[in-house]
Amino acid sequence: MWHYAFKRLLSAIPTMFVIVTLAFFMMRLAPGGPFDKERALPPEIEQNILAAYDLDKPLWYQYLKYLGGLLQGDFGPSYRIRDFSVSELIAQGFPASLQLGATAMIIAVAVGVSLGTVAALRQNSKVDYAVMTVAMTGIALPNFVIAPLLTLVFGVYLSWLPVAGWGEGAIANKILPVIALALPQVAYIARMTRGSMVEVLNANYIRTARAKGLSERLVVVRHAIKGALLPVVSYLGPATAAIITGSVVVETIFSIPGIGRYFVLGALNRDYTLVLGVMVFYAVLIILLNLAVDLIYGLLDPKVRQH
Amino acid sequence: MDAVLTVENLNIRFTTPDGEVSAVNEVAFHIGPGESLGVVGESGSGKTQVFLSIMGLLARNGRVSGSARYHGRELIGMPRAELNELRGARIAMIFQDPMTSLNPFLKISKQMTEVLITHKGLSEKAARVRGIQMLERVGIPAAKSRFDLYPHEFSGGMRQRVMIAMALLCEPELLIADEPTTALDVTIQAQILELMAELKRDFNTAIVMITHDLGVVAGLCERVMVMYGGRVVETGGVSQIFYEPRHPYTLGLLRSMPRVDRSRGQALYAIPGQPPNLQALPSGCAFRDRCAFAFERCARERPPLTPAGAGRLKACFKDELTKEALA
Amino acid sequence: MSTVTRDALAGMAEVKGRSLWQDAWRRLLHNKAAVVSMVILAVMALLALFAPWLSPHPYDEVYWERIAIGPDFANAHWFGTDGNGRDLFVRTLYGARVSLMVGVLATGVSLIIGVAWGACAGFFGGRIDNVMMRIVDILYSLPFMFFVILLMVIFGRNIFLIFIALGAVEWLTMARIVRGQTLSIKRREFIEAAHACGVSTAGIIVGHIVPNVLGPVIVYVTLTIPQVIITESFISFLGLGVQEPLTSWGVLISEGARQMETAPWMLIFPASFLAITLFAFNFIGDGLRDALDPKER
Repeated sequence: MWHYAFKRLLSAIPTMFVIVTLAFFMMRLAPGGPFDKERALPPEIEQNILAAYDLDKPLWYQYLKYLGGLLQGDFGPSYRIRDFSVSELIAQGFPASLQLGATAMIIAVAVGVSLGTVAALRQNSKVDYAVMTVAMTGIALPNFVIAPLLTLVFGVYLSWLPVAGWGEGAIANKILPVIALALPQVAYIARMTRGSMVEVLNANYIRTARAKGLSERLVVVRHAIKGALLPVVSYLGPATAAIITGSVVVETIFSIPGIGRYFVLGALNRDYTLVLGVMVFYAVLIILLNLAVDLIYGLLDPKVRQH
Repeated sequence: MDAVLTVENLNIRFTTPDGEVSAVNEVAFHIGPGESLGVVGESGSGKTQVFLSIMGLLARNGRVSGSARYHGRELIGMPRAELNELRGARIAMIFQDPMTSLNPFLKISKQMTEVLITHKGLSEKAARVRGIQMLERVGIPAAKSRFDLYPHEFSGGMRQRVMIAMALLCEPELLIADEPTTALDVTIQAQILELMAELKRDFNTAIVMITHDLGVVAGLCERVMVMYGGRVVETGGVSQIFYEPRHPYTLGLLRSMPRVDRSRGQALYAIPGQPPNLQALPSGCAFRDRCAFAFERCARERPPLTPAGAGRLKACFKDELTKEALA
Repeated sequence: MSTVTRDALAGMAEVKGRSLWQDAWRRLLHNKAAVVSMVILAVMALLALFAPWLSPHPYDEVYWERIAIGPDFANAHWFGTDGNGRDLFVRTLYGARVSLMVGVLATGVSLIIGVAWGACAGFFGGRIDNVMMRIVDILYSLPFMFFVILLMVIFGRNIFLIFIALGAVEWLTMARIVRGQTLSIKRREFIEAAHACGVSTAGIIVGHIVPNVLGPVIVYVTLTIPQVIITESFISFLGLGVQEPLTSWGVLISEGARQMETAPWMLIFPASFLAITLFAFNFIGDGLRDALDPKER
């Protein structure tokens, strides 16, 4: 188990390294960016950037300084938003994004697994087709289509829920964004759970469990679930990436003050440091979360746990 | 003494995208207490499906009709809750591949104790004691320390022993063994068969040994039932079957067993032709295309299962077979 | 040839053979959803192709006197006009052009990269395979969307850059699938038989491996196209995709969402087109998957 964990950690580090290095070089290549000699900038920003990036020093010095800064959580000054460093902006946006993302993830897993299991147990019945059709909808329709439609129905026509805004974190404001963000993942997870549950239920060892006279409930809950859920656990990694990606759109549509929205604003304003900073932040976050998921998987699968 | 299992007119049909397939037709037999029956046939002969249907383990697209009574209680169509009281407790089944037949995610201890807890209401502690005892009984060394291991930590032969132990925990009256040694190598095979013979003696369990290998039947079984193309083609005592086979297929099976005492130059015998396509069975006798004794009546009529001596049945129009005729 | 083999071969000739593809095609045609979807996609493709001829209005012509009006049949504005007074019907069709083109071409790029990568990894096996797949594993968990947007921000919103960027993002799963298939086929007996008969490595790849890998690849291609279309729409929705006056469904949906309360048709028409297209691709992909490997069900 430790060997496995160690291996995983080992591969996480070079990945982060690669991303960070890539970010560093992208910054310097960007036309019209902070490092473009032809730029025309307001003097305060020019000063900030010179100070932050030591543009007159050799490249390797800049690189090491950049790395050092990152390790301390410093992503540099925002290129467009004066008086704020990128890390300050990220810190500001983090709570909203975290609430949104974490809630969406929890709902996605809970609802997805339940629906998928029910569909698998009633294979080829009406319930199964209904669940799979809803799942298809969630997968085929992107959240930037679902979000406005949900808002149209529940916010405008029915006026049950606020159309936009975070409202200091009021629950009513959270419902639509969380649903819009979670829906595609509910769909994926439901499908995946159904598929793997059906496969497991056809496995020889389930036949043995039935032959032993165990109740169907025991067969599913004690014997089938573990095998069926392993692929879902593996999927949690990409699921996190998908939720983070989706949050960009959802935060924009619902005007939620999260990191995603800063990213979009930064992209539209060509605020390179902000955009890169957010990207590196998210990438590192995802790598760490993936590592956590890998470790959980290792704990669950006895074949891995042993070695 | 009433029979442990009485099967009459068992038919199994499968619905496939290519149409309906009749996998098992008019199968009938009975098993008395402590008796051992060998069920022999190629893959596709229906031998496994017969017993899966009796145990309620048939695939979703299968339909079974007929009767299978356990001490007078009808198993076909029995509600699952009732069937679960019998499965694992009074009638047990073990399967061909122990690696895939044991749950890789649960410890052996869990997989064994749950049988005792469910059927005998034992406590976890008491169930563990019984479980370890049974592991020792089937010849697993250092059973206590191995009890909490996972299936992948056992070797193939040991896994099969674990399966046997698991099946015998409640001392069932009938044990159905579906090709338990096919996936193991020959020396282990011998050990497992010896184990089963011992257990049969000690627990007086009736055993059904499903196999395609006549050699396996010889040591363990008292009676033999030969199946071909979804039907029973011959039944009888094991010596009768071996020394006086009455069906050409049985004869073919006997001849194709490799023998140490034949001269090395002789080619191995194989029954000519292919196992039948159940969706396109030949008219009359299903075996006739591969039969050296076939005559024109075999193409017109299907031979019914008829008595051929004491306790013997055969489905063949030919009265007697002579080995010389095949040379 | 021994008695056994000769008779076995004779027996095999009896059973009528059916090629895998014929079987699959027949199964696909039984799948109503898939068939309907294929028809819908064909219609969609035709609409996109003949867009300029299907409406009297050019896609970038502004009608100052008819801004944001609903469906107006008198003036041949079948879907109404957008916030700038341009005909929505023709813009939706042009959006179809862009979205479909990006979908197909970017998937093509990912196909080429993915197949090449996966086939090499699977075929050569061993350390090369380990390294190559490790890279895929690492890249798989990263949110490439951000990277694509970053490229857009830095290098401008060139439509060709979009193709390549999107293709470069989607190849990972393709590589995995192709590698898995290659590995399993490599080990099968008929490859050894071909080797034994002296067929060259290239011959084996083309003649044996490719036809067998094709199945899952086709399924995946059909399922990747909608993914790419979604990604492109996503970045266009944020305003980071195709440039004005060109449009894609993502852009139209974004504009529509903003005007949703007063002019819902601006959202509903392009959103419906996008949704229908995505559903169609997904149904076909699912249908293909069921047709080629019925065990999956």
